[in-house]
Amino acid sequence: MNTFKRLITARETGILIAFAIVLVATTVRNPNFTFSGDGFRDLLVTPAMLIIIAVGQAVVLITRNVDLSVGSILGLSAYLTGQLFIGTDLPIPVVALLVIIFGGLLGLVNGALIALAKVPALVITLGTMYAYRGINVMWTGSDRVNASDFPKAFLEIGTGKLWFVPWLTIVAIVVLIAVAWVMRNTRSGREFYAIGSDPAAAHLYGLPATKRIISAFILSGALAGLAGLVYASRYGTVDSQAGYGLELDAVGAAVIGGVAIAGGVGTVWGAAVGALLLTTINRALPVLGIPDFWQRAVVGVLIIGAIVLDRVLAVRQARRLAKGADR
Amino acid sequence: MTTASLPRTYRDYAHSGWRRALLNQGSIIIAVLVVVTTVAIFAVPHFGQPITFTYLLRDMAPALLIALPMTLIIITGEIDLSVASIVGLASVTVGVLVQGGVPIEVAFLVALLVGAIAGLVNGLLITKIGLPSLAVTIGTLALYRGIAVGLLGTQAVTDFPKFWTDLAKARILDTPIPVSTILVVVLAIVFVVLLHFTRFGRGIYAIGLSDEAARFAGVKIERTKTILYVLSGTVSAIAGIYWTLLYNNARGDNAMGLELSVIAAVLLGGVSIFGGTGALHGVLAGVLLIGTLASALRLANVTSDVINIITGVLLVLSVVSTSFLRWLKTARSKPRRTRTVER
Repeated sequence: MNTFKRLITARETGILIAFAIVLVATTVRNPNFTFSGDGFRDLLVTPAMLIIIAVGQAVVLITRNVDLSVGSILGLSAYLTGQLFIGTDLPIPVVALLVIIFGGLLGLVNGALIALAKVPALVITLGTMYAYRGINVMWTGSDRVNASDFPKAFLEIGTGKLWFVPWLTIVAIVVLIAVAWVMRNTRSGREFYAIGSDPAAAHLYGLPATKRIISAFILSGALAGLAGLVYASRYGTVDSQAGYGLELDAVGAAVIGGVAIAGGVGTVWGAAVGALLLTTINRALPVLGIPDFWQRAVVGVLIIGAIVLDRVLAVRQARRLAKGADR
Repeated sequence: MTTASLPRTYRDYAHSGWRRALLNQGSIIIAVLVVVTTVAIFAVPHFGQPITFTYLLRDMAPALLIALPMTLIIITGEIDLSVASIVGLASVTVGVLVQGGVPIEVAFLVALLVGAIAGLVNGLLITKIGLPSLAVTIGTLALYRGIAVGLLGTQAVTDFPKFWTDLAKARILDTPIPVSTILVVVLAIVFVVLLHFTRFGRGIYAIGLSDEAARFAGVKIERTKTILYVLSGTVSAIAGIYWTLLYNNARGDNAMGLELSVIAAVLLGGVSIFGGTGALHGVLAGVLLIGTLASALRLANVTSDVINIITGVLLVLSVVSTSFLRWLKTARSKPRRTRTVER
């Protein structure tokens, strides 16, 4: 009963309900949105990329940092994927591994600068967002990688599915479960929360803040690299603008899912559900008869609504705790 | 924003006035700006021509304008990511109204009002409900941009009275200085006076150094921050009106992404993201430095995308070097008891 109650009142459940409402409303309007083969596939596969990035972003946000460079890392990784396939005969798993390691290294640069030089993540990742994108544009120029440059098997990962679940969705779910498990059950996972909710106390307690913050950024970078692979295999063409502006979507998804910008609060589940809601709403609006130009406005309302809600809930809880203490 | 806590020792203030004036990051950026401009004039063909400066000052005006209130906001320890979206919203407001037959002067006023209200919404969400400004303005970044794009769709309004579009492009007499520079200079003076020579301005620094101490000192924190966001919205709207006239174009996606380059320039100009420090001269130099570099590189036929890398690297260097210098200082001097304020 207790578990059930906790499940019902969880912050993530609210967003899941919102997602369900959007889904039902859209499907009533146009059953193909869910029940046609393509509709169902899109429903599952479109959120995959944002979920992967939002999971990494959530871990970074929980440590009271932010990673604005993920869109740029995704772009570089996606282009690197294409170049590796063009320039070498490496098998797909090796290419994938190299690209993920590459993303992790870019994340390491962020994390090392932030944790060692003790400068704010906002500034550093804003800087590397520009730098990585600049490197991408210089490297790519007006060139682009086309579908014909990729091995067939790689593109089939982007279109294929296992039974009825697209491969890319499975990738996102595996990432989500793995990271969620670490964040919930392991010692280092809990340390992320401790560092984010009270840095000074975490320091006094002797937690390895520098190490954890660096690893959060490595994770975020590596996941952005993975998302680059997903991008390449789903879309087949990569130019220098791949993933442009995605960093704000990733932060938005995490915030909608209840991850606090101020750190220490939220789960990667929440971020993933936020990403699911965001991408689905974007696709649902035109079906519901709202021109898709209004997408961003809806996203904005969602983000603001989510943080106001979190604030109200926090104030109520504080009041309830204070009452309990009086008794 | 980070678990990193910067010790702010009072020894930073121990130097005499002129040393502090010369050795801060703002002055260094001004020096870099002078060097870059000089080198470019001699080394880059056509850069020395007056027309280059006209274009440079014209195109940089929106960023210069927005950087003014942004500096004040960052000094209080907050941030405003929604500025570029307000530029777009103001631009669309002017476009829609003029298209509907409203006199353009009235449209200007409405756009200014829209900007002020957009800023007020930011300010109230941050001060009254107590939400973090980064989260709020990421939300309104999407919201305001969404309204702007939603109102016009893929349309663009390009039919504005010639008098106004000419004025936006005009130069002062025969000098290469565009008329818009007057606007920038006037507003810059207003903001310099506001920040450096008024009680309100001292309050801004006090809030950035310590919310609590400022409150005890009688600074009205909520009111100050709300006013700053309203100013930021209004100035962004001015930039939006100017943008519309200069490029004779009202579109929902005008000035997309400008917020991050303005913030980059502000931080480059020596304003600490932790709040409490920074001055406007460095910020204006920071904006001009990025613009000058971009313009010089374009003329030198270096692909202008390099500017992204330079902006990014400069930004990272500007913060890392500060903490590296501080580390050097503490490593050199014997450990002594200094009072530090952990933030």
